[in-house]
Amino acid sequence: MAEAQFKVFRGEGAKGELFEFPVEVTEGMVVLDAVQQIQSRHANDLAVRWNCRAGKCGSCSAEVNGKPRLMCMTRMDELSLDVPVLIEPMRGFPHMKDLVTDVSRNYEINKKIRPLTPKPRETDGTYRMQQEDIERIQEFHKCIECFLCQNVCHVIRDHSVKEFAGPRFLIRIASLAMHPLDTLNRLKELKDVFGLGYCNITKCCTEVCPENIKITDNGIIPLKERVAGAFYDPLAWLWKNLTSNSKKIPEKNK
Amino acid sequence: MQRNISIQHPNRSFLETTRIDNWWVGPLLTSIGLLAFIFYSTWAAFQNEHYQWGPYLSPFYAPLLEFEWWPLSPAFLILWAPAGFRFTCYYYRKAYYRSFFLTPSACAVGARPQKYRGERFLLVFQNLHRYFLYIALIFCVILSYDAIVSFSFENGLGVGVGSIIMTLNAVFLTAFTLGCNSLRHLVGGNVDCYSCASFGHQRYQAWKFVSLFNVHHNFWAWISLFWVGFTDLYIRLVSMNIITDYRIL
Ligand code: SF4
Ligand code: SF4
Ligand code: FES
Ligand code: FES
Repeated sequence: MAEAQFKVFRGEGAKGELFEFPVEVTEGMVVLDAVQQIQSRHANDLAVRWNCRAGKCGSCSAEVNGKPRLMCMTRMDELSLDVPVLIEPMRGFPHMKDLVTDVSRNYEINKKIRPLTPKPRETDGTYRMQQEDIERIQEFHKCIECFLCQNVCHVIRDHSVKEFAGPRFLIRIASLAMHPLDTLNRLKELKDVFGLGYCNITKCCTEVCPENIKITDNGIIPLKERVAGAFYDPLAWLWKNLTSNSKKIPEKNK
Repeated sequence: MQRNISIQHPNRSFLETTRIDNWWVGPLLTSIGLLAFIFYSTWAAFQNEHYQWGPYLSPFYAPLLEFEWWPLSPAFLILWAPAGFRFTCYYYRKAYYRSFFLTPSACAVGARPQKYRGERFLLVFQNLHRYFLYIALIFCVILSYDAIVSFSFENGLGVGVGSIIMTLNAVFLTAFTLGCNSLRHLVGGNVDCYSCASFGHQRYQAWKFVSLFNVHHNFWAWISLFWVGFTDLYIRLVSMNIITDYRIL
């Protein structure tokens, strides 16, 4: 049976050490299995979050050899076992214990997003949407809230910009802004409250997303284009002013 | 084998990472590629000669604008447009923010410390990318026209290696432009309800068509960049009599 070495960060409140543990490698094993083996054989009090073991609950986010990943979706056979495998907690959030971090800021940002505000129902009491209307936003609904994208985004991770909502929430807003039924104009708050302009489209969020959501290309860049059209486009500004009979225009299309 | 470490947040100093893969290869190759192109195109623009041969015209000099009052190379009258288009392109922005600005150079690698403002203050002009797109669309037409002209030699229609090179140049530039994120927004990305908007279905189809090119925008960005330089080099070498243009037909 093959054996691998693991180096696991242990400690509380950001201070800690790397502890080395042997792991017995079996076929089909994932990193989360290895961490649980360490927990059961060598370190019963190792703090680690996990739940579904299927890449769907978003609990087991960590940094494996320096890369933000879901531990349950990282197979051992894709790692080089010649050197110890390094397991650290996510670096973008305040540390709690061992591999567990405090991700509560994300829920605070989420509360600031105005919920879907649909237009009135049709006369028969229903809503009708065509597939082509909702195809784009279905991709964003795949998000499992693992927060790996929030963790890797340099605006949060390295520059600690408080006014920046982060990629997960920008695609949540995108899913509302592009929703065929939504009536709110969300562009001003995107610019001023959620800090869209801080994103420099370097695409690390897209690189780490375990759901392969094209966060930057399909979510953030289209939002940037909408904000550019509303606030930074001189001809559009001129046109809006020349043709303004704003009372007739529904808020969404202003 | 224990080592006291701290993972304070924000924690990483410049370029610090625990990644063990060769994360620096990407930004390094990108810098080399971009610098090589900038040096070559600037040099070629300053030359002010050897940009034409037979029916061929270097894309750095197209459309050829020759005026009495302009003392410098005609290339400078037009190069600002494609340069501005690429400089403000969302893909190139990613490329040089990573490889030159180092914000960040790679994912989970410490970004260059600074008072970070993103694209809000000095870089807010990036929002004008759509205007460069409008000009670039015209350039696609001009370069396609030049490509067609490149088949008409003094002694009648024909196909030279240069004609093929110039045709591919127009094709690659058009494929790059068709994947532009601003174009994607313009043709249909700004619509929320395709089934309710006027011409909604057509705009949805147009959006899907642009999306096809948008997915590979970085690929077209590099191919078209390399090829436009190569096209200039080929015509330059032929016009300097260093190589001979081979007539296929
Ligand atoms: S693309 Fe934008 S949101 Fe995504 S990681 Fe980069 S800066 Fe952050
Ligand atoms: S967008 Fe992707 S990386 Fe970000 S929280 Fe959702 S699933 Fe995770
Ligand atoms: S345990 Fe649920 S995503 Fe890994
Ligand atoms: S986004 Fe690249 S050309 Fe417009």
